[in-house]
Formats: sequence, structure tokens, C-alpha cells
Amino acid sequence: MVESKAAKRRKRKTQKEDKKTTSATVLQRIRDAEEELHQTQTEDVISASEDEGGDDEERKHSKLLDAIRSLGGKRRKKLTERSEASIQVSEFAVNAEGEGDKIHLSELIENIDKASTSLSKAKQRLNKLKNHHSTLDTPLNRKEAEQIQREVAFEKTSKLVSGWEHVVNQNQRAEQLVFPLKQELSGPKRMEHVVSGWKAQTPLEKEIFSLLHANNQPVHDVVLTAGEESSIKAMSLEEAKLRRAELQKFRALQSYYEAKAKRQKKIKSKTYHKIQHKVLRKDYLKHFDELLKTDPDAALEELNKAELSRMKERMTLKHQNSGKWAKSRAIMAKYDEGARKAMQQQLEVNKDLTLKLVIPTDEDEEDEEESVEALPSFVNDAEPIVDAVNPWMRGKLSTEPALQEESNDMETSGARPGNVQAEEEANHLQEVEEEVEETEEEAILRGFEERRKMRRVEDVEVTPMFVGDNKELPAEKAEAIEVSDDDDDNDNEEEEAEISTFTRLFQGLVKNHVDSPAETAKMGASICVGQDESPTMLDEGLVRVMAPEDLELLSQGDASLMTTSAPRIEQTDSQSETQHAGEKKRKIMIDPNEVLTKEAKVIKVPFAPTAVDDVEGMEEQRVIIKEAFAGDDVVSDFLKDKEKQEEARKPKDLDLTLPGWGEWGGIGLKPSNRKRRFLVQAAEPTPRRDLKLPNVIFSEKRDSSIARLQVCQLPFPFRHPKEFEHVICSPIGHTWNTQNAVQKITAPKVMTKLGTIIEPMSREKYIKNQELVAPGRKSDQYLESDKGTQNKKRSQQKKKHKPKKN
Amino acid sequence: MNTTKMATSSETTLKKTHVGNKKKPIKRYWHGTETNETGKKQTPKPTKPRGGKRGLTSLPLKRHWHGTEKNKSNGKKQRNHSERTPKQTQPSGEKRALTSLPSKRSWQGTKKNETDGEKQRNDNEQTSTQTEPSGGEKRLISSKEDPFPGTAPIPKNSLKKFKRGEKQEIPRDAWHKVKCAIADSEAVDDMAQKQNARFDLLLPEDAGFLEGDEDEDTCTISQEDIANAVDITSGAKYFNLALSQFGPYRLDYSKNGRHLLLGGRRGHVTCLEWQSKQLMCEMNVMETVNDVKWLHTEAMFAVAQKKWLYIYDNKGIELHCIRKFNDVLRMQFLPYHFLLATASATGFLQYLDVSVGKEVAATCTKAGRLDVMAQNPYNAIIHLGHSNGTVTLWSPNVKEPLVKMLCHQGGVRSVAVDKTGTYMVTSGMDKKLKVYDIRSYKPLQSYFLPAGASCLSLSQKGLLCAATGDTVQVYRDVWGTPVTKPYMAHRLKGSVWGLHFCPFEDILGVGHGEGFTSMVVPGAGEPNFDGYDANPYRSSKQMQEWEVKALLEKVQPELITLDPSMLSKVDKSTWEQRHQDRVKALGYDPLAKGKFIPRFKKKGRSSSGNVERRKRQVAHEDQRDEIRKTVEENMERAKERKQYKKEQMAAAAGQKSALDRFRK
Repeated sequence: MVESKAAKRRKRKTQKEDKKTTSATVLQRIRDAEEELHQTQTEDVISASEDEGGDDEERKHSKLLDAIRSLGGKRRKKLTERSEASIQVSEFAVNAEGEGDKIHLSELIENIDKASTSLSKAKQRLNKLKNHHSTLDTPLNRKEAEQIQREVAFEKTSKLVSGWEHVVNQNQRAEQLVFPLKQELSGPKRMEHVVSGWKAQTPLEKEIFSLLHANNQPVHDVVLTAGEESSIKAMSLEEAKLRRAELQKFRALQSYYEAKAKRQKKIKSKTYHKIQHKVLRKDYLKHFDELLKTDPDAALEELNKAELSRMKERMTLKHQNSGKWAKSRAIMAKYDEGARKAMQQQLEVNKDLTLKLVIPTDEDEEDEEESVEALPSFVNDAEPIVDAVNPWMRGKLSTEPALQEESNDMETSGARPGNVQAEEEANHLQEVEEEVEETEEEAILRGFEERRKMRRVEDVEVTPMFVGDNKELPAEKAEAIEVSDDDDDNDNEEEEAEISTFTRLFQGLVKNHVDSPAETAKMGASICVGQDESPTMLDEGLVRVMAPEDLELLSQGDASLMTTSAPRIEQTDSQSETQHAGEKKRKIMIDPNEVLTKEAKVIKVPFAPTAVDDVEGMEEQRVIIKEAFAGDDVVSDFLKDKEKQEEARKPKDLDLTLPGWGEWGGIGLKPSNRKRRFLVQAAEPTPRRDLKLPNVIFSEKRDSSIARLQVCQLPFPFRHPKEFEHVICSPIGHTWNTQNAVQKITAPKVMTKLGTIIEPMSREKYIKNQELVAPGRKSDQYLESDKGTQNKKRSQQKKKHKPKKN
Repeated sequence: MNTTKMATSSETTLKKTHVGNKKKPIKRYWHGTETNETGKKQTPKPTKPRGGKRGLTSLPLKRHWHGTEKNKSNGKKQRNHSERTPKQTQPSGEKRALTSLPSKRSWQGTKKNETDGEKQRNDNEQTSTQTEPSGGEKRLISSKEDPFPGTAPIPKNSLKKFKRGEKQEIPRDAWHKVKCAIADSEAVDDMAQKQNARFDLLLPEDAGFLEGDEDEDTCTISQEDIANAVDITSGAKYFNLALSQFGPYRLDYSKNGRHLLLGGRRGHVTCLEWQSKQLMCEMNVMETVNDVKWLHTEAMFAVAQKKWLYIYDNKGIELHCIRKFNDVLRMQFLPYHFLLATASATGFLQYLDVSVGKEVAATCTKAGRLDVMAQNPYNAIIHLGHSNGTVTLWSPNVKEPLVKMLCHQGGVRSVAVDKTGTYMVTSGMDKKLKVYDIRSYKPLQSYFLPAGASCLSLSQKGLLCAATGDTVQVYRDVWGTPVTKPYMAHRLKGSVWGLHFCPFEDILGVGHGEGFTSMVVPGAGEPNFDGYDANPYRSSKQMQEWEVKALLEKVQPELITLDPSMLSKVDKSTWEQRHQDRVKALGYDPLAKGKFIPRFKKKGRSSSGNVERRKRQVAHEDQRDEIRKTVEENMERAKERKQYKKEQMAAAAGQKSALDRFRK
């Protein structure tokens, strides 16, 4: 690459040089002419005395003309006329015509033309000579030449050095390097190695070897076993060629196909794509029909897929009028009716897509029915076409299908053709065609819907699936009509239909999902209400919470928050949340009853009854202890202690108010509420570890002694503590690992053998053989498979550079 | 009359493979880094084949008693053997003895293939198979197929035993180098785990147990019966020392279980090699003795006397009188830190570094007389019991209790902590015996003992001994299924004062008012000992070397924390502080995830819609990941449940198909 660049540069330079030279020659020529003129002038001055003035002028003029003429590319043969003898003309030599002009080769050759053929060779040569007129360029100046030289040298050297890159990288990456690098392996060798350098001589050996050969075992050729060789030979050249051709053809076909697809994709014609799209859709529907008949499960799958695609569509920003095309349309919309229409269609689609799925569940439908009377009558009217374009005016399509159902109930399906007729007047013929297709599609979609319904109802009876007119499905009449109503005019109609069906499906799903929580919420509310009504329940809860031991705590006023895990009480809490909004922050006290309440299992001790005196003694002791700890409530003491600890750890608010600043101050006067803004609220402390352990107090003090020994600054490649911990947590010591493992884990990065000379890596060994070894790599590995662990990495690294043996 | 029989242990060792052997993992507090890491410590005992002749085969087989104590009869031979294998200068060497085994090679390359057991191949072959799956080379010159190709499979159980925690997820935004480092360390872990599991084979011994007749409680079997039934050596381990004069005794066994130290309340101190009953020294300090404790070797012991703390050597010569430690009531020795922790009547908890003779820490607990003390062998935390029913956990580095637990309604009488640092057993004035999980500080079990327990002790294998008055009860597995009656029980002449299980032996030493009793408790001791840590059979030379090594490996007191793995964690608060400073200096957070800015694309592909779409593709990626994970988990769980249900259904139906036999 660099080379080629340099070459280009050089070329350019030479071109420039050429130009320079040409322009230089022209200048030279002009300069010559001027000089000549000048000369002539001086000559004229000399000869002025002798010659007549008029003659002189004439000559001058002619010479000037000549000079000018010579500026032009072609040099005409000038014929000097000889009028009389002059000084310049000697008597010995006749002044020939065109004296001082060059003789051109062509002129010479012309004569040869007519001459014998024997000269043709010479003529050819001369011709060649004529064409070949290369003058040497002027040498570059030193600076440039040196630069070029440097560049070339750099390329060469970098190429040379980059050959080492691989080796160096590998050595850097190797976990262990053993120097000297190419060391003969110690330890036992494999049989093959030993055998390979040794020929059978004695009869016994020969016999053994013949046996081995018979078994197809590798004896001399260690690198490839007989089996391998045979497998290599298995594919003949012809076969390989055939296979190659096959692959070639396949690739070519593939590329053709790709090219075609690309071409088609690049076609900008909208109509083309529309048609294409339609064809695809038709195919798809046909396919779906078949599926419906043959494999309902697969059809269902397809349906799901369609739903999914719809979802995806909804997720994207398509139809947002934010694309390039839409923007251009927006500009045009002011003037172009079509553009406006297109935009509105898009918007409509978008609206349908982004519609919230709060569609008439059954209850809603009822509600709708109830509210029908309240709705204005124009809802039932046929929509004017102008409005039909505006999505916001006709948005009831999916939100209120029930309504439309209602409204369209009276209408028969027969009304539909009339509609179509009306539209035909307004629309193009093509659109009508589309519509016919659309109706078919819609019918299919209705089929989907029916299936869905069937699924929902879990009705086992199978009504025959159909792809036909609306009349065939009286059950779906209402929907059919609705769809037919939608048939109005746009291209997106069928999409809409699809969407609406999907939305309905989703509504079903959503409803199922939403219902239960809503119901539970309702239930909860009712429960709450019930609790409100019956204070006994509340009382019950409180009674449960409180224990005789709590009297102390109760006096502290925390009784209300001593919630046990009883759900009912929680509910009451949540219910009274609004009342005790302020109390929310208060900490949850531990119920002393929860502490140390584990049921104890009685253990039967075999010798207990025999030690009568002891038991009595114990009894006495117990009584004594009881007396000693009479006033001692261990649990409450502990809880108090815990509370104290928590208190102590809490960060305190900072009060910056200056009492008496801006108002009266003094004993008994509190700073006004206005000054509350000077109270700096402390941050909420991190939750204590013992929050959920009632009988434990953790010390939150930092242990600085261990912190001193911990790592606090991460070494280079690590950025997060987690990463670093990941690596250092594995133990490497003898206590946790076997001896072998420890040796492996703690092996030094570089090992040198004592007393050996460590030569620098030689180029021949490491780089040249890289290519050589590549094909024989497999066998190389085989050879290396028996090498010791310590040498493993080394061998790995060497694999590629090892000269092929044998 | 019942008769007992010793099952020949050689038999059992032959029959029982290590696969079914579920040993409680030992955790040491200096284990530090790993959580699940275990068993390395229960290292191969340099082979202690049990004599097969112990069993009295002529007797009807009614009761089994598998002793775990070492066979003394052929002890000499074994000792020689044990001396030969481990080299003390090198640490922890279960593994060293194993070098003769075919070592695994090139483990890095092979880890992919080694899934579980069966698929493992010999490493040599592995590399070859990796390179050439054709398998043409598996056959070598001999041209015979290996019927058991590859290395032996590793049993899943032992693999699980040595597992080092769950694999963590590599953070997604980590740099390549970091990812490489993490992958490397994981590979190392994997390799180490496998090797450990492989060498687990060399821990062959099982703990014994006592088995009664049908409808006979094991707790009714008397010590005499057991002593009569077992072999002479084991039987001789049951003995009584009648020392009624100097009244109730406290006792302590040395770390390897060879030596016994007795301290009578009225000043009698004696130490002896209890198995041979060889007296090392005996004296009367002419003062009240509160507690006695061996230091790191059996050459020195500490005696807490009426006023000061004294240190004697095993000849009875007073080495030190430490006046700084006054009124000491209880002592604990932390062997890996060389710390002697003392609890005094004045409420001070003091730590003495016995390697340099310096007081490390003195903490005023402000909790009155400290009469109850225990140590957690896992993390070297000291547990103190108080009269207000609380148990407090202390480290020498913090002047307040790390944790304060309310355990009993009345005062705490005794505390014991499990060897793995998982369970704590307490007994209180309220006559209850409670078991706590001290990882989560939650109560596990609560028992009611009719007379309460004055002393508690836990054995290496997790047997609990509780003394009430003059009886001693031993319970098995108190933290598992709730027990209703003791495993063993024994009545003594006087009331119990001190209680201690002998390490590596099935022996319980009880100090009481009338002297000392050594009881046989089958299944108490750890059968596999680590020759480099505590070797009961070590020679004096080995002892010297061990001492040097232990001193070199001494763990500094600063490292004592509740969570021993703290050292391998980054100091978060300091790091955060530094990070904040850095952010301030740089003006931006270098660790913050940059906002995604979609690349500009030509040919109209960077339309706003397109850009938005691309943005959305990366939005909430983390969240989505999480959701995906949870969904997957849920699915799996549901699947499992379904499977389980199915199985249950099948079981209920009792239908057996012909193909059932092929199911796993």
C-alpha cells in the first residue's frame, strides 16, 4: 500500500517535471527568438550604413514573422529565397535551401520507401528509434530523494520487524517462559521418536517391524500415520475439482440472488412495492388458509406471529410522520391534497397503533350500552368523506367497537355494496380492486377472530372455517359490518382491521390479567371498610400485639407500631396510613415476644431421677436464682440497649438557626417555624445489619486494623473492586491445594536454566518457518502431546514456529 | 447382658469408599479466602491401616463399635511410616506423599473436556484427541485399546466437597485483560478443586459410632461394657483418676491429643501423657487454680491462679508470672495466632502473644465477671457468656463486642462453638440448651434440659457433651433433626467442673470433684489427621520443626475478623473515597457508563426513527438481562416442579415400565 502510494507520488512528480520541462522549452524558444531579433537588430545597425533602409526593414519584418511563426507548434519549412550574392555566400559552397535546419529522420526515410526491401529492417529500426525519444528526467533535489529513500527504508524495516510481532505477542502472553527457548525435552521419549531415527537390522527387529507395518502403525513416518495418509488420499483430485466447481456455482448463484434482491430493494417506485407487497400478502393469506384447514396449530402459531409483529410495530416510531418521506410530505401538504391525505393516513395508523388497550370488556360494553342514549345521534350517521380522512374524527373504530356494533346492528350486510358504489365514484379503479382483496383478507381476519373466540370460550365444537362472504357468518355479523364500514377508502384499511382484531385480543388478555388485581384491590378495600365498620377487629389485633410485659414500652407510646406479622393488622395499618402519615417514619420496635420464643424440646435424661439430692439442690438453686433476678427483665434490657445503640448511630440534624435573629429571642421563646429552613436534615443512615434480627446487636464500628491491610487501590487492569476480588480470592497456598497445584499456580514467569547460554532468538527459527509449519500443524501437535506440563505453554507457543521434522 | 463387637475396621475401610464419606468440612479461621473450601486439612493421615484382629469374631454380633482411635498395637510400625512420608519443613503435605501418583498435566488445556468424571481422559490423550478427533492415534504400538481410557473419574461428592464457592459472573464491561485474568484464576480454581477431589481418596478413615440392640438405647450402655467389648488399647482409654483431695478439676488436652493437663481447684496441677499414663510433672501451686491451658506445644502451659497468670514448662518449672493478667477465670489459646486470651473476674478480656510475650489487647467488657468463654476455631473470635443472658463476640482489634446476642432468659452458663465455625451451643440458667447458626445469628434448635447444663463441649465430629450436676450426656447432631434423648450418658462421682473432648481420639475427658474420668465416646474424634498440622505421632524432631514452621506462619492478631475472607476484599470505604477524589480531579467519573450515542450512518440510515430504534435496542440492557435470567430460573424451577410431580405421580401409581431400569 505504502509502496503504491509512493509510486503514485513519484509519477505525479515526474508528470510535473514533464510539464515544467515543456514549458521551459517554450520559454527557451521565445527567448531564442528575441535574441535573434536582437542580434539582427545589432547587425542591422552595423549594416545600416551599407544597406538601404527599406531593405533592412523588410528583412527585419520577415525575421520577426519567422520568430513568431516558430512559436507555433509546427515549424514550417521556410524557403529562403536567394536573390543575389552576398557576403554570407561563399563561392565554394552553395547555400542550400533551409540551411541551419535540422534534418528529420522521416525525411530520410521517405526516400528509403521506394528503395529495396532489404532496407526495410533498418527502416523499422529507425522508426522505432524515432518513436522512442526518451529524455532523462532531471534528478530530484536531494531533500525529496532522501525522503523517498527514507520511506522505502521504513517500509522495508517495518515489514521485517512486524514479522516478529506474533512471536513477541505470544511470549508476552505465555504464562511461563523457559530459557533457553528451544530446549531439548528431558524425560522419557515416546516410542515413535526413538524408533524414527533407527533402522531395523537384526532379523528379530525386522520381524517385529513387519508386524507393526501389518498393523498400520506409525513406525518411520511419525508425522502421519498410515490411517491419516489414507484419509488424505481418500479425496481424489477430480473429486476435489468437482466439489470446488459445485461450490463456485453455488456461490455465484447466491451472489446473483443477492444482487437481484438488492436491485429490487433499491427500486423507488411505490406502486411497484405496493404491488409486491400485495402479492406477498396474498400468498401469505392463501398459505394461512391452507394451514387453517390442514394444521390449525401451525395457523395459531402464525396468528401469534402476526400479533407479535403488530406489537413490534407499535414499539417502533413508524408512522409517526418523523421520517424523511413524512417530512417532505409535510412540506407538500400545504399545496398537495394527496400528500395531506397520505400524512393523515399515516397518523391514523399511528393512532391505532399507539392506542391504549382499554377496550370494551364485557362490563364496559354494558356500560356503553347504558350510555348510548347519552351519546349524540350523529355517531350513527355515516361519516362524511372529508372527515374520514381525519383520524381524530373517526377514532372510534377501535375504541368503541361495541358502539358501532350497536349502531350497525340495524344495517344489513346488503348495505355494503352500496357503500362501495359510492366510493367508486370518488376513488380510482385501482383502489376498488384493492378493496376486493381487502374484503377477502378481512374475511380471513374475521376467521382468525372467530378462532380466537372459540379458543376463549373453549368450545370444542368446530365450526367450519371459511374464507368467504360475510353472510356465511351470521355470528360475526356485527363485526363484519364494522369492518365493512371501515372499508371506506384508504390503503391502510386492512392494517387497521388487523390492528383492531389484535387489540381486541389483547383486551381480552389484559382484562384477564387486570381483573384479578383489581378485584383483589376491591376486596381489600371492602375489607378495609369492613374493618372500619367493625372496630372489634382492630381491638383484637391490638390485644394480640400487646403483652403484659410491654407495659413499659406502651408507656413510651410505640404500641401502635408493634406489628406482628399478622396480615390483618398490616391491613389496618395500611388503611390507617393516611391518618398516620407522620408516624410512618417511626422505627419499628421489636416485639419482645418474638425474642427467645423458640419452642424448647424436652430432652429425657436417663440419669435424672437417680440423682435425687442433686435435683433438690437444683430446685433450691432455681428458687435462689429466681429471687436474685426477680426485677431483672433480660429481654427488655437487651432491647433498650439495642435501641440506644441505634440512636447513637443515627446522624443528627444540624440546627443552624440563630435564635433572636430577625425576631425576639430569649428564655421561653422558641424560634419561629419560619426558621425551620435553617435545620439541615441529616441523611438517612444505612439500614442496620441487625434490622431483622431481634436478638442481635451488631457493632457498626469500622475495624481499622484489617482495613490497613486490605487493598484500597486497584492495580492496573482492574477498575472495579469486584473484578479484583474475583481474582485474588482464590487461595494458592499449600494448605488449600495439593502440591502439584501449588507448583503450577506459583510457577515463576520466567525460568532460566543455569549454566546455559541464552541466545537471542534467531530469525530463521522463528519467522521463516512460520509458513512452513502451518500445514503440518496437526501432526506437530500430535508430537507435542506427550510433552510435560511445564513445557506445555512453551510448546504451544512453539507450535507454529517449529521446523517441520522429516 | 449385651455383648459388643468391634467391627474390623480394615473391613470397613475396604468396603467403604471415600465416595460415600461425608465428612464435616473443617474450616480454619486462617482459611481466609474461601467459603466452601474444606477438607484439605483433614489430610491424609499417612496411612494408618487398622489392625484387623481387633474384632472378637467369636462373639455374637449385636453391637457395633467402630473405634476411630489409632491402633496402638501396631503403632510403632505406623509411626515409622508416618515419619517417613511427611517432611516437616514443607507445609501441609498431604499432597507430597502423592507425588508418585500420575500427575495431571497440562491441566489448562484439558479443563474443557473434564466435565464430570466419566469423560475425563488422560491428559496426554486429551491433547491428542483435541487435536484429532478421528481417534486414529489412540491406539499406540501395542495396538490394544485401553479398556478404561483416560484418568479415573472423580466422584461428584468429593468434587462438591472441595468446591470453592459459586462461580461469579464476570462483569460485562470489564476490560479484556481483566476478563482474561478472571478466566485464568477460575481455571486455576477448577484445577485445584479437581486435584483436591482426586486426593480426597487418601482420607480413608471413617468416624465410628455406637449401635445398640433393637429397642435398646445407646445411652444406657455403660462405659464398662464398652471398655470390655473393645480392644485392649481402646479399653485402656477408659479410666478414672481418683483425686478427691484437691477438688474439682479443670482440664485441657494438647492440640494433637497426646497430653493432658489437669488443674485442681485447690492448687493441684499435673500434666501427663495420658495414653501411656506417663506423668510429666505434678505440683501444688498452693493457690486457687481457676483454669489451665496448654500453649502451642506440650512444653508449656498456662495456669490461671488466684491472683496472677503463671506459665510453667512441662517439668513444672515456673517460667513466667504475668502480673498484667490478674484474676483470670477462663482462658483460650488461639493456636494459629499464638494468642492466649484470658477472661478475668474484673471484666477484662486480655490477649497475650505467647510468641513474643507481649500483651496484644486488653478490653474492658463492662459486663462483670467473665466466667464463660469459648473460641471460634474458624475465625479466632472469642465468645463470652454473661449473666444477663447475652453472648458477646470479641476480636482483639475492636473495643466493643462485634456482636451481642441475647440467648437466654437467665444467665449464660456455658458456650461451645463448632469446629467449622457454623454452630454455637449455649446453655443458660433457664435450663435451656440452644443451638445458633453463627453465620446468620439465628436460633436453630432449643432444648430443655431438666437440670440445665453447667458445662458444654463440642467434639471434632460435632458430638455435643453437656454436663448436668454429676452426669455427662453426649448428644449427636444437635443442630440437625431435633434430638430427644442423649447418644450416651455417664454418671460420675462428683459434680462436673471441666469437660473436654480429646482431639483425634474417641475420648471425652471429664474433670469433677472426685478427680478425672476419661470416657470412651465412639465417633467423637476426627479420624483423619493432618500430619503437618497436628500429628499425634510426631517425634521430637518433627515437633521442633513444626514449631519453627508454625512460628513462621503465625497469623497476626490484626487479621482477626468476623469474616476471615476480609483480607481478600478491597477496602470499600477507602476506595470510594479515593474514587471520589479522582472524580473531582478529573471532572468526570471514569467508571461511569457512557451514554449510548448511535453512530452516524450514511445513506439516510441515520434518520431519526432509525436512531431512535438503535437507541432502544441498547436501552435497559442490564434490566433486560436480569429479567431474562429470572425468567429462565423460573422456567427451570417450574420444570423441576413438573418433573417432581410427574415422578411422584408415577410413584403413586406404582407403575413401572420396563425402561425404568435405564433411568438414572
